[in-house]
Amino acid sequence: MPQVTLTVNEKPIAAEVEGRTLLVQLLRDTLGLTGTHVGCDTSQCGACTVHVNGRSVKSCCMLAVQAEGARVTTIEGVSDGQTLHPMQAAFRECHGLQCGFCTPGMIMSAIDMVKHHPDPDEQTVRKWLDGNLCRCTGYHNIVKAIRAGAAAMKAKTRENVA
Amino acid sequence: MTHQPRPISETGIGASVRRTEDARFVRGKGRYTDDINLAGQTYVVFLRSPHAHATIKSIDLANARRAPGVVAIYTSVDLAKLGGLPCGWLITNRDGSPMREPKHPVLAEGKVRHVGDPVAAIIADTIAHARDAAELIDVDYDPLPAVMDMTSAAASGVALHEAAPDNTCYDWDIGDKAVVDAAFAKAAHLTTLKLSNNRLAPNAIEPRAAIGDYNSATGEHTLYTTSQNPHVIRLLMGAFVLQVPEHKIRVVAPDVGGGFGSKIYHYAEEALVTWAAAQLGRPVKWTSDRSEAFISDAQGRDHKTTVELALDKDGKFLGLRVETFANMGAYLSTFASVIPTYLHATLLAGQYTTPVIYCRIKAMFTSTVPVDAYRGAGRPEATYLLERVVDLAARETGRDPAALRRQNFIQPHQFPYQTPVALTYDTGNYQATMDAALAAADYVGFPARKAEAKTRGKLRGIGIAAYIEACGIAPSNIAGALGARAGLYEAATVRVNPTGSISVFTGSHSHGQGHETTFAQVVSEKLGVPFESVDIVHGDTARIPFGMGTYGSRSLAVGGSAIVKAIDKIVAKGKKIAAHMLEAAEADMVFEDGAFKVTGTDRQKTFGEVAFQAYVPHNFPLETLEPGLEENAFYDPKNFTFPAGTYVCEVEIDPDTGVVEIKAFNACDDFGNIINPMIVEGQVHGGLAQGIGQALLEHCIYDDNGQLVTGSYMDYAMPRASDLPSFAVSTTSTPCTHNPLGVKGCGEAGAIGSPPAVINAVVNALSDYGVSHIDMPATPQAIWRVIHSKA
Repeated sequence: MPQVTLTVNEKPIAAEVEGRTLLVQLLRDTLGLTGTHVGCDTSQCGACTVHVNGRSVKSCCMLAVQAEGARVTTIEGVSDGQTLHPMQAAFRECHGLQCGFCTPGMIMSAIDMVKHHPDPDEQTVRKWLDGNLCRCTGYHNIVKAIRAGAAAMKAKTRENVA
Repeated sequence: MTHQPRPISETGIGASVRRTEDARFVRGKGRYTDDINLAGQTYVVFLRSPHAHATIKSIDLANARRAPGVVAIYTSVDLAKLGGLPCGWLITNRDGSPMREPKHPVLAEGKVRHVGDPVAAIIADTIAHARDAAELIDVDYDPLPAVMDMTSAAASGVALHEAAPDNTCYDWDIGDKAVVDAAFAKAAHLTTLKLSNNRLAPNAIEPRAAIGDYNSATGEHTLYTTSQNPHVIRLLMGAFVLQVPEHKIRVVAPDVGGGFGSKIYHYAEEALVTWAAAQLGRPVKWTSDRSEAFISDAQGRDHKTTVELALDKDGKFLGLRVETFANMGAYLSTFASVIPTYLHATLLAGQYTTPVIYCRIKAMFTSTVPVDAYRGAGRPEATYLLERVVDLAARETGRDPAALRRQNFIQPHQFPYQTPVALTYDTGNYQATMDAALAAADYVGFPARKAEAKTRGKLRGIGIAAYIEACGIAPSNIAGALGARAGLYEAATVRVNPTGSISVFTGSHSHGQGHETTFAQVVSEKLGVPFESVDIVHGDTARIPFGMGTYGSRSLAVGGSAIVKAIDKIVAKGKKIAAHMLEAAEADMVFEDGAFKVTGTDRQKTFGEVAFQAYVPHNFPLETLEPGLEENAFYDPKNFTFPAGTYVCEVEIDPDTGVVEIKAFNACDDFGNIINPMIVEGQVHGGLAQGIGQALLEHCIYDDNGQLVTGSYMDYAMPRASDLPSFAVSTTSTPCTHNPLGVKGCGEAGAIGSPPAVINAVVNALSDYGVSHIDMPATPQAIWRVIHSKA
């Protein structure tokens, strides 16, 4: 079976996988990182979104072996110890989640969005979320959360610079 | 006695407390069924029928059995001792005979009746091996004609079940047809409408999953499953399918990623993994993929209706006549039979004083996935047909749709109001919600916005829907008289721990509703203890004494009431303990602000002191005072609760493309008292999205051969963020009169009121083209066709 070596949440990983093993299966089944969820089989729902080399990627449509040498971040890797990432905190503060199943993918997608759109308006957020489905919230509070999270990320960057 | 209104504390009743459960969900630390892995577990894959209707001539398992990693393969012959999946509600036909209940086997017995019907269960050491082996099974099918159209199913000449030769499950009615016909004979105006309520896939983003485990030493089965009601699953699976007593079955429904009704029912996969784990002595795990969900999760709605409304010359409603075909799918799912009857026909008075109503329901079997409750369950179908026909009547008689509704509203002084279709509404104020919604929507300013839109080449329309729903289903005695095979109470245990923290064990189940927060707010406020010291436990039959689960917006109205009832018992017991501690008379004790006080004195014991003493009863008079501080309660509601509201939708249609854009959506709901406004608003948002999805996007479409052509997220149009607007939601309140919290329930309202509001707006926008109706979903293609056929 093929070997794959990569970094997941800043930890070096070496694993044996089948050629057909998906990145999401490696994360969930081999590494026990069950915060990354699977909600469909056509790469539509985005519940499995993680960061691969800093970009949001649906981990259900990437083979584990394709992540060779990559730096992967999952929802478990975004908070700073006990302190939530500003986007995680914004989702809680704005009630941007209900059942929580789409939430990790939403947060991972949102963090990447802010890199591209540091100050997104409502339409930008709604458009970016094209690849993330939520059945609970009607997106209203997710949009609110992402805009608040973006503002908090900006403020934090400023704080760090100062 | 009058109470000063208490200021809302930061965590008490009425505060938008941020959710306790989010601490784990935003970190990816939720624990959903598929996140659970047991030592030595095997994986099951179900081989499902590719045919909508076929005889199984033979199943050749030889090659599959030899495939790598295969542990076992089961077909129906191995399950001969198991019962079928039961239906929980008996409907009685018009002629007094019982509905037809053909067996719903765990695995197909000799025949398949819908695409996705499970035929074999393949168990292997990995999921990949199970899938590989499934492909090696050779099933010899003899295809039969599919029964696809429910309106002609009775005369199709093809019987899906021997027990139902005309494919009819039941033929039921409510109301006195002769009386209604007589009212119609006197009508000045009659509005008739034929409409369909489109079939939907519930599509919780977490697919179903189930893990069976068995302890051969104790004979105990454990099932981890994506369920809204673990105790109900334990009862149905234990008593009817596996024939194992409850005390030998534990059902755990851990974090569940959305349900919307689809996770109420007892499904074949749950029984199979539980049974197989005992056969194999190894855990058996199943996780549905999305394609499988589309052909195995119960679907929703799917009615075809003719509705007639009779009005007098002044616009007063004289009577309503409804004939509906309801699609049951291929088998009766757990609560399928009650949806079109007691959760649909009984809602047909809506908010109106219509004096006489007749409704007939023909429930039909077809070669499709079973249909059961989906968010709203019957009430969206009732609201849709009623609010569409009222809107059409307004148009036909040249009346303002808001004015016509108002004119026929039940007035605030008429409560309690006995409708002609069995229900008694306890309270409401329909004018208030309509006033608020119309004001928020600037209803009077609409003509100017329409004119402005016209200058941009857009068709602007406004639509109103005034809905009522019945939540908190229902008093057990009434439900039982109507055919329910279960009671509909809820259970709770409140355990005060020695140091004064509190564990609440509730039979309600949270799969997005935020019970861990809302219920803790109630307990914190009632007992005067910090919010943080209250833990809400749900979803495990081994920890919670009993429960009926969460559906029909019942958790707070019924489950919350059970908690309050248990709290009342805690306070009563606490008074006894405090009286003993203070050497006072029990009758002199009062409980306020978190302390037990002797009336008229400054002598008191704090809640924490009493809790500690309860477990350190060194000098208790044991004949009269029992140690411990823990109480159980079962709460059986006296009536349904009746949330109601008015929704106003404003759309613009591009006549060149048929694309609908929702420009504004204003919702005003009366949910009675509200514990956590933030959570309630979120529930409304989600319901609106599902209702708008039904109106504009979603549809389970089967072809003539019974293939589901919208069987994935590539084909089934789930609402995305860019399809929806931001919503403007508000509330008014007439507290429920018969439960201790005065609450009504809010989970389904959005999905009930929004489809007619959207379609009324679309039809209004298309009025220049002479369009009087368009079926859901009003897709761009459908609208473009209507425009071009009328132009």
